[in-house]
Amino acid sequence: MGDHRQLRPRPLSPHLQIYRLSITMVMSIVHRLTGLALYFGTLLLVGWLAAAALGEPAFAIAQAIMGHWVGQLVLLGYTWALFHHMLGGLRHFVWDFGAGYGPARYVLGWLTLAGSTILTALVWAFVWFGAAIPLSAGG
Amino acid sequence: MDFRTSYSRVTGLGSAKQGTRHFWRQRVTAVANVPLVLVFGFVILTNLGASRTEMLALFANPFVAALTILMLLSAIFHMWLGLQVIVEDYVQAEVVKLVLLVFNGFFAVSVGAVGLVAVLKLMTGG
Repeated sequence: MGDHRQLRPRPLSPHLQIYRLSITMVMSIVHRLTGLALYFGTLLLVGWLAAAALGEPAFAIAQAIMGHWVGQLVLLGYTWALFHHMLGGLRHFVWDFGAGYGPARYVLGWLTLAGSTILTALVWAFVWFGAAIPLSAGG
Repeated sequence: MDFRTSYSRVTGLGSAKQGTRHFWRQRVTAVANVPLVLVFGFVILTNLGASRTEMLALFANPFVAALTILMLLSAIFHMWLGLQVIVEDYVQAEVVKLVLLVFNGFFAVSVGAVGLVAVLKLMTGG
């Protein structure tokens, strides 16, 4: 507050472009980005519930959008964002308990990336090819 | 004894008296999100391709309806807190920041309201 007249630009602390990329750094950025994506992704979930609640015509439109390959691609990304953000959150829980600050932090970072990718692949393998798997109750 | 300068006192800046409340709520909703989202996701996956009639039958199950409502509440509260941090971190202009923070609340509450009404309507037979 007040009158801070700036005579010359103030020095700035080093930022992203200074440092060599590390897995922990990238996972931190991706955690925030997936969080942001999930924020707007909630519209998909609530939109789908609302369409089902509105009636048969609205539900048919929602199903058509989600069945289209573009819709499927968005849902695939949504699934990955969800798993990535969830695993990233679990990683934060580990840190909250004072563990995983040593070299383990790199392992945790790679686990977040690999885990979210594998889980997403499993879910979508089930979605696309799951008809043969007995678990499928709804058909 | 008060060590603050008179300038510091008159600007009234300093602790917002919120402590760790925001952090704690973020973590508590995060803990809740894990099982809620996983179980909800499982319910969706086991009902892929369900017709609207089948969805009505699914949500007539009070466990499914309650699960969905809890998941929506926890997830939406969590994302409200999360976007608040993003706005506070990156938006520097006070007016823009204030507007975005208010709209963040509007968005979260609106999405939550639509979701809850939808679940209740599905639960009671559409």
